[in-house]
Amino acid sequence: MRSEGKRSKGSWMDSLRRAAARMGAFFHKEPMDRELEAEVTSHIEMATEENLRSGVSPEEARRRALVRFGGVEQAKEQQRESRGLPWLDTVLQDLRYTMRTLSRDRGFATVAILILALGIGANVVVFSVVNTILLRPLPFYDPSRLVWIAPADAKGLSESTYSVDAYEDLRLMNKSYEDVTGYFAFSTEDNYKLTGRGVPLPVTGIMVAGNFFHVLGVGPMLGRQFTPEESIKGGPSAAMLSYAFWQRQFGGDRSLVGKTIALDGKPVTVAGVLPESFDFGAAFSPGAKVDILTPLIMDDMRYNGNTIAIIARLKRGVAIEQSRAEANILFPQFYWGKKFPDSNHNYTAHPVFLKDYVSGKLRRSLVVLWSAVGLILLIVCVNLSNLLLARAAARSKEFALRSALGAGRGRLIRQLLTESLVLAGAGAALGLGLAYALLRYLAHQGSIALPLLSSVRLDGAALGWTVLIAVSTAVLFGLVPGMRASRTNVQEALKDGGHGTTEGRQHERLRTALVISEVALACVLLVGAGLLLRSFMRVLDVDLGFRPGTAAAVRVDYDDGRSTEKRTAILQNIAHRVGGLPGVDAVGFSDNLPLDRNRSWGPPRIKGKTYKPGELPSAFVYIISPGYLNAMGMRLRGRDFTWQDNDKSEGAVVLNESAAKGLWPGEDAVGKMAVMGKKDVRVIGVIADVRDTNVEGKSGWQMYLPMMQSDWGPDGATLVVRTKLPPQQLAGSVMRTLREINPNQPAVEFRPLQRLVDHAISPRQFFMMLVGVFAALGLVLASLGIYGVISYSVTRRTQEIGVRMALGASPGNVQMGVLSKTLRMAAVGIGVGAVVSIAVANLIASLLFGTTPTDPMTFIVMAVLLGAVAALAGYLPARKASRINPMVALRNE
Amino acid sequence: MGDAKLDLLQGTLDLMVLQTLAAMGEMHGYGIARRIEQVSGDEVLLNQGTIYAALVRLQQRGWIEAAWGASENNRRAKFYSITKRGRKQLAEDTAYWQRLAGVMGRVLAMSVEGEER
Repeated sequence: MRSEGKRSKGSWMDSLRRAAARMGAFFHKEPMDRELEAEVTSHIEMATEENLRSGVSPEEARRRALVRFGGVEQAKEQQRESRGLPWLDTVLQDLRYTMRTLSRDRGFATVAILILALGIGANVVVFSVVNTILLRPLPFYDPSRLVWIAPADAKGLSESTYSVDAYEDLRLMNKSYEDVTGYFAFSTEDNYKLTGRGVPLPVTGIMVAGNFFHVLGVGPMLGRQFTPEESIKGGPSAAMLSYAFWQRQFGGDRSLVGKTIALDGKPVTVAGVLPESFDFGAAFSPGAKVDILTPLIMDDMRYNGNTIAIIARLKRGVAIEQSRAEANILFPQFYWGKKFPDSNHNYTAHPVFLKDYVSGKLRRSLVVLWSAVGLILLIVCVNLSNLLLARAAARSKEFALRSALGAGRGRLIRQLLTESLVLAGAGAALGLGLAYALLRYLAHQGSIALPLLSSVRLDGAALGWTVLIAVSTAVLFGLVPGMRASRTNVQEALKDGGHGTTEGRQHERLRTALVISEVALACVLLVGAGLLLRSFMRVLDVDLGFRPGTAAAVRVDYDDGRSTEKRTAILQNIAHRVGGLPGVDAVGFSDNLPLDRNRSWGPPRIKGKTYKPGELPSAFVYIISPGYLNAMGMRLRGRDFTWQDNDKSEGAVVLNESAAKGLWPGEDAVGKMAVMGKKDVRVIGVIADVRDTNVEGKSGWQMYLPMMQSDWGPDGATLVVRTKLPPQQLAGSVMRTLREINPNQPAVEFRPLQRLVDHAISPRQFFMMLVGVFAALGLVLASLGIYGVISYSVTRRTQEIGVRMALGASPGNVQMGVLSKTLRMAAVGIGVGAVVSIAVANLIASLLFGTTPTDPMTFIVMAVLLGAVAALAGYLPARKASRINPMVALRNE
Repeated sequence: MGDAKLDLLQGTLDLMVLQTLAAMGEMHGYGIARRIEQVSGDEVLLNQGTIYAALVRLQQRGWIEAAWGASENNRRAKFYSITKRGRKQLAEDTAYWQRLAGVMGRVLAMSVEGEER
């Protein structure tokens, strides 16, 4: 029933005034205290004087005045509380006290902050990665309506793309989409060269449908969109520059927009520059950098087969299920090419949200990563609880004293929470620093094939997450010791030698339980990391079908004027010249490399046999030169192509085992006749299966056709060089030779083949490494926990051990005693952990490769490793215990 | 202090101080405390010291102001006086208290008779 209980407008203003005054008072403590002091003094003097007048002695007069006043300090405190900000005072007091305590115990503070920094830093990194790839919407306008249109189980690029006629019919006939767009899916790295500026510079360009940016809702940062004329055959040519390319190549020159640059020697108008947030590679082709985007001229591609990857924007209110139902009806009506009336009935489609296409496959891995890092945080909490408990035991006297002096239980808990918050805050600050550095590093790892990774950074969400986990860890690890400490029995604790009481034993039981749970958690992490590591080793062991080591590839520029003969001559010359360089063992050309861009065609058939549509799978096609199979280190039965396998001789093909067995089961395919399209080809050789689209999956049908026969149009040429030297040593001489032969040869990269493999396995490696690091961290933390508990118990039992040694226990006995206690603790932890691990391992079974979730090897190694680490962590305190001098220990009693 | 004395409800002291200053004019802390004791006929449980918390609260709200001066015995003391806004507040609070007291009186009148209140 306060007078301010009822607020008029005026009194509201007055409350505001008071708040301001309180703030003021908070900062002017001293003058206000002095004034209060003077006021109180004069009050008591006046009261004393008045009492004197009633005739009592001066002492009695003063005593009565003080009684009436009722506690000088209390009154002052009351006044201070109502004039200032008492809660802030308390907080500051707690903080000051915390700083004092922590700086007195620097070793503890350093260890605690470091542990927290690692735990929180790891969590922030993983959160940022998860947020970037999984949680954050794609960097397009209203991305939840964007869908990716491809068959449900597409294998390879050709199966997930459509012909121009199909694309155009979809645009016309659909009722689900606001608009449909697409891009040419078969661009290679460095497929253009920027000319007219000295040595031609390799540039990676992607052709996109004219409405591409419009459908995605991305506007150019500078300049304009493509005009309709620019997407028509014979129209003006234009290009959109990526922000990074514009910065790197043109120094961010704004005046470039509207001017022309020379691409492959032809003038192209720079229509605009894309915003920094738009990274084509990050979303559609992880790990690739795209420099320019050019309009896709549909008429150029019309009969080139399946070349267009399709993206569409759903109309508002249309569910994806509706578009799927529509796709089931529409797609079978589409033609590979309308000039072939029977080329329909080949298409299916299952639209999925673009976001799911981009990052759906990674969801499980990322969730596992997130859980792993969550486990780390739990271990960190347990560890710190343990450290704090040990400290609380050492400080029980301090707390007892404070509570004897009138500190309430709440106040003590608050004090301990302040301490843990300060620790967590410092840990979070340091952790953020670590996370920032690591994220910067990750963002610049272009070679990791994870979508959107290049845009990973510490953002507001990550900061919020940091605060959240810092506070919750602080509460988690501070609360248990806080509750315990505040329950300390004052008398017990204040008595000297309060050791060895039940309180102490309970304390130790709690700490042992914490360490056991820590070991169990570390165990789960180790098993997870072990299984992923085993899988990764298995992936490295996969028979790729070619040998990537000591071979490198380089994209070769040539101008054959569309003449097969001329092309053969040029490539033969290059093969001859480069093959003659010192250190070069073998050379050959192919248009596509394994694990890189791929395309597939209708499969070869046995001559004279008819097949139902869809009976044979389509086959990956590689148009190659003689020597390529050898240069790649592929294993061949039969013979390789020769330069004489040209139009004058019989058609020839090399198949892989899958295709050979598929066509001629139980027979040797070498020497058999097959039909490709309408041409008869002889199977001259069979190679061991090569991993085509990825390392982990099965190989599809593959066929290798000679570049020298004009029936097959190669898609450019990549020179593969095998050498005994490290490939990079050869880069200089090979590039020089290529430039001598063709001055227009752009300065493309000399790529070791190993990089193709590394790129393909980089996501698995990325996850494996991170989980591995977390497991190592968990192991270190668990060993710290074990060490802490055991060494504390040794210290606490110094006297007991002294007595036992005085009674004849040998140092060896004592040491064994401590060690076996440690190992018992570890064994319980490992046992619990192993059981939990089996459950967890089954959850990640789908992430494993060639490894069962209950892989005995992993479990055994985990148990041995943890046991060894535990033994080591217990050994140090055990040795200390065995060196206790009974005389000294007992004298200290 | 005896059990029979009234414990002050929160906020009532503030109102008493305001009223005292309104009635008596400028006064120092001791004077205000004495005055309240006298008027209440020593029925209020008041540690004189608590008056200073009330005084600083009222001052911070701008309802009273203070200045150092000399007492009757030529002693330095801080003198408080009510401000214009303080008088307004006093009027509002007085009306409120009287209404509340009236309501309380009526409500309590229907309780069991003979109880000492």
